[in-house]
Amino acid sequence: MFRLSIVTPEKVFYEADIKSLVVPGTEGYLGVLSNHAPLITALKPGRIEFRDANDKVNIMAVSGGFLEVSNNIATILADAVELADEIDIERAQQAYEREKKRLVSAGSGETDIDLPSVRAALERAKNRIRVYKETH
Amino acid sequence: MATLREVKKRIKSVKSTRRITSAMEMVAAAKLRRAQQRVEQARPYAEKMDEMLKHLAAGSQGEISHPYFEEREIKKKLLVVITSDRGLYGSYNSNIIRHATIWLDENKDFGMELVLVGKKGNDFFKRRPYPIVGYYHDWGGVLDYSKAKDIVQFLTNRFVQKDVDEITLLYTRFLSMVKYRVTFEKYLPIPRPETAVDTEETMSDYIFEPNAEQIYASLMPGYATTKLVTALAESFASEHGSRMIAMNAATKNAGEMIDNLTLDYNKARQAQITKELLEVVAGAEALKG
Repeated sequence: MFRLSIVTPEKVFYEADIKSLVVPGTEGYLGVLSNHAPLITALKPGRIEFRDANDKVNIMAVSGGFLEVSNNIATILADAVELADEIDIERAQQAYEREKKRLVSAGSGETDIDLPSVRAALERAKNRIRVYKETH
Repeated sequence: MATLREVKKRIKSVKSTRRITSAMEMVAAAKLRRAQQRVEQARPYAEKMDEMLKHLAAGSQGEISHPYFEEREIKKKLLVVITSDRGLYGSYNSNIIRHATIWLDENKDFGMELVLVGKKGNDFFKRRPYPIVGYYHDWGGVLDYSKAKDIVQFLTNRFVQKDVDEITLLYTRFLSMVKYRVTFEKYLPIPRPETAVDTEETMSDYIFEPNAEQIYASLMPGYATTKLVTALAESFASEHGSRMIAMNAATKNAGEMIDNLTLDYNKARQAQITKELLEVVAGAEALKG
């Protein structure tokens, strides 16, 4: 068992001892068990999965952030996290359509669109929808 | 002495003022609770981020390569002044502005630029000879993330493109319900994290995925945002606290004023009754005569 704390700019989202953890690193998904070597990595949008002390598997969508592991403490600094069960699928879908439209209009010559941020928003919306579909 | 009717009118007007100030006090108290919560909930994130940066610096043997750390000869400075949008905050805004003018005076040998948050700062500085390069207002005392990100974007661009060489934040730190401190904080370049402080033996064995440089690249913008957001959150909490205190004092003063006026009113009434009595008696005497 090791300690996991998930912290967002708004609040401490989760803090407890857990058995295993899987996170979306920038280089691909990676798993963490007890006594993992010290590690720091950036996270991309994806799903966080961990098995808590009662062997319950928790799944959530993360929109990016960082993971640090050292001395059996795993800290996730997340931009935003949502439990899979709490994802507002309609809102995610609306966001997806909206960003897609903006991307298309940027392609057709509109210039005052911040492309990287639109792409990132689209990625986040896609991720939410994906995590929702995987768990429902 | 004022006439009865005049005194009565004043009492009525002071009473209605008191109603308003006490309502404002209560509203500010409610807002303060929320803002304070926000400050406290945001703290763990900022602290963990600091920690992570420290470990990152220690693990990468201090080889920091990110533009936000670049210290160069200072030719031009930028000051971010965080004030409120509206008045009736007691000394909240005047404190900030006083410190700002002192600082500007001390640094007059450098080129200077101002970024203003809140209308009160603008009211003061728009008539002074400092170039205002950014002005963000209409916050309503609530933290707006996308607006905060705009500011961060602007400030970091300004620094990275070498338009300015140092950025300082001037804001009010929220220490407790009744204690606020005007604070200068160096924003950019970010001071190099202390690597020698932590002596855990694992420090240098960190694995970085994919590598330290890329983690810096994605960590630093978030770090810059967190720092500004923290300053804003602290300022807004102080703002509501200052208003609460100011309005509490105003309510008390209004109460005192009402007491005094009521005394005046009673005296005037008594005087009038006495006068009328005297007239009646004098009239009766005259008839007897």
